[in-house]
Amino acid sequence: MTAKDLFQETYTALSANKARSGLTMLGIVIGIGSVIAMVSIGQGAQGTIQTSIEGLGSNLLTIIPGFIQPGRGIVSSGRGAAQTLKNEDIEVLREMPGVAEVAPEFNRRFQITSPSGNNTNSTVIGTTPEYLVVRNIALRSGSFITEAQLRNLGRVAALGPTVAKDLFGEEDPVGKPIRVNKANFRVIGVLETKGSAGFFNPDDTIFVPLSTMQKILAGVDYLSTIAVSVRNKDEMQQAQDEAAYRLSLKHRVDPEAPDFSIVSQADILGALTEVTDTFTIFLASIAGISLVVGGIGIMNMMLTTVTERTREIGLRKAIGAKSRDINMQFLAEAVALTFLGGFFGVVLGWLIALAVSQFAGIVTQVSFSSIVLAFGVSAAIGIIFGYYPARRAASLNPIEALRYE
Amino acid sequence: MIELKNISKIYKSGPLVGGAETEALKNISFSIKDGEFVAITGPSGSGKSTLMHIIGCLDTPSDGKYFLDQKDISELSDNELADIRREKIGFVFQAFNLLPRATVLRNVSLPLVYAGVKKAERESRAKEALLAAAFPESFWQHRSNQLSGGMMQRVAIARALVNNPSLILADEPTGNLDTKTGEIILATFQKLYSGEGRTIILITHESYVAEHAGRIISIKDGEVVSDSENSNRRIVSSAISQ
Repeated sequence: MTAKDLFQETYTALSANKARSGLTMLGIVIGIGSVIAMVSIGQGAQGTIQTSIEGLGSNLLTIIPGFIQPGRGIVSSGRGAAQTLKNEDIEVLREMPGVAEVAPEFNRRFQITSPSGNNTNSTVIGTTPEYLVVRNIALRSGSFITEAQLRNLGRVAALGPTVAKDLFGEEDPVGKPIRVNKANFRVIGVLETKGSAGFFNPDDTIFVPLSTMQKILAGVDYLSTIAVSVRNKDEMQQAQDEAAYRLSLKHRVDPEAPDFSIVSQADILGALTEVTDTFTIFLASIAGISLVVGGIGIMNMMLTTVTERTREIGLRKAIGAKSRDINMQFLAEAVALTFLGGFFGVVLGWLIALAVSQFAGIVTQVSFSSIVLAFGVSAAIGIIFGYYPARRAASLNPIEALRYE
Repeated sequence: MIELKNISKIYKSGPLVGGAETEALKNISFSIKDGEFVAITGPSGSGKSTLMHIIGCLDTPSDGKYFLDQKDISELSDNELADIRREKIGFVFQAFNLLPRATVLRNVSLPLVYAGVKKAERESRAKEALLAAAFPESFWQHRSNQLSGGMMQRVAIARALVNNPSLILADEPTGNLDTKTGEIILATFQKLYSGEGRTIILITHESYVAEHAGRIISIKDGEVVSDSENSNRRIVSSAISQ
């Protein structure tokens, strides 16, 4: 029996009872459709997180005080641990080979007021001009902190778009005075919006010179973070090791248990990807249950078909069909059902994903691999759930099958 | 050439009904030469169906030897039996057993599908077989469930002829037909018999039907009670067969 004949037999058999074939297929359509839709939501979330983390700056190493062990959070963060990063560390990092820019930060929340009386409680970041490059931030209007302002303890501030809107509404804030923690500042620029990245919203911040922050606003001599951008992506690991070594030497601590941690974007991305992967698998396995139910529907229909067509099977055997031919024929019917169901399921899942991103505002992403997987799974379901009915058909005794009423 | 030597068939009933053994065929021996038209007749329960299953290679005997064209087939596997059925035997059943939704041509060419014959050749051989079974050409593309009983049986005969078998086994072919249509079917068999050299075996419980054959083997309680040439064979008048 050639493939073409098998195809024709399958078509004839399935089209003989279109309503039943269609309803049985619907189970698979819904199953595959929901798996595709769920995976697309999970992958969309992953994509969003990835772009927003990469948007924080490329090839970025972030040095924070305290020691982080993977999976255990900050340990040895005893008293004073949060004060271990000093201004001297900036120079150490600047001298490292492969480093493009270094941007130290000190941040704290303060009350900020505008002349019109609007006020907001936002994160104030004291930093250096390099911050713009390292964190990949663009200006909408005005300018960012300059070297001169850094040296002169300039009382100037660049506003994040959210703060600018809260304080000044639609007005242009550049040149206007604001008060940060009761000290007078002048607005020199407004930043382009970046969108939120997890718990931290870079738009809801204002930027002042690091020196002004440390000496006037906070009265401290340490840093909360140092961001280091590495020239080349391939040198990331090397730069991370080098920075750890040099800072340990400078701080006179054991490199195995330092008083600071270096987090690369890859680490953050890895951790968040793990979360979204778990989320995706969780959603997909719930959707997968409906796929199993659909498969049982296929098996049920195939068993009914085998019983109904017992005489036909008997006749086919009498005219020379082998058990293998009968087996193939019924297996082909089951696989054809699930494969077609898989096709329509992919279309349905795609439409659901589109609708979700359209109406619910969640970014979705239907990947080629999930489509291939869906087809693979639906063919496998056809084989698994069609196997038993096909075997039952093939093992019928021709004499009894011909006599079956 | 069919040769049966001391064929017996024993059925065992299940343990729930006592596990008793029933001897459906007892020590049956006869042979049929190529080109004979033989009727096997007997009342129901006589064992003629069991005998047909063995001759038709649907079943194997419990004991004894069966040679079809000098080949011993009493101990072949299911797959080997399927090969023999496909190559050497054509079946005609009382209930026609056509695929209801397939066209007449498709039904007739079905055995060739399993023989792996190409589509163009399948069609031409199916048409030849339909012509040999005197099936009118205008119905070739009809679906078989649109036909009358007599027409369906002629499709079944064409299907039995299509693989050019050496043996045609007809199991009560007129059982579901009225007398006149039955006559036409019997005439078709007679025509095949007089025209070509293949063996035809007709299994029937009606002596009237059996009288159309050239030789009658009667069976009762699993044993052959008579086996004789039928000298005054009934000939269906050409007026009916047309």
